Amino acid sequence: MDSQGATADPQLQQFIEVESQKQRFQQLVHQMTEVCWEKCMEKPGPKLDSRTEVCFVNCVERFIDTNQFILNRLEQTQRGRGSFSESMSE
Amino acid sequence: MDGFGSDFSAGAGSGKMDTGTIMEQVKVQIAVANAQELLQRMTDKCFKKCIGKPGGTLDNSEQKCIAMCMDRYMDAWNTVSRAYNSRLQRERARI
Repeated sequence: MDSQGATADPQLQQFIEVESQKQRFQQLVHQMTEVCWEKCMEKPGPKLDSRTEVCFVNCVERFIDTNQFILNRLEQTQRGRGSFSESMSE
Repeated sequence: MDGFGSDFSAGAGSGKMDTGTIMEQVKVQIAVANAQELLQRMTDKCFKKCIGKPGGTLDNSEQKCIAMCMDRYMDAWNTVSRAYNSRLQRERARI
């Protein structure tokens, strides 16, 4: 009966979920900016030229593609092992 | 049951004020943490780009380089943020 605590507060629950999602986004932006800076930025100039900007955009897209590719392939190899436990070669 | 009901509403009343304060404090802490993260990575990248062999001080050209680097890093960060956001929107639209 006395299950009402701070964690049962629906407002707080929603707040936590929203902020957590925002933080996951922020963290990935930090990470991708760092990685893509290494790939795209040569000498920092007075402004971000369009070629560099395009590189950053491509970098973000390819980074996410890479992540999805890895997830998909991992899932495939897991499924493979499940049905054919003999096959270790992938 | 009535007692429990009124107790609960009284508890929820003061609980809601605490919740609001908690939320505000958490938001501030998150903002601070993000700023620190940005600062740390920016310092790392701009040190690498602008400082060759470390001298006795930061000379003028190094300072100018760092200033430009900071601005470009912010530009990059914003570009990445926009690109990532667009990608997320596109992914959601597909579902």
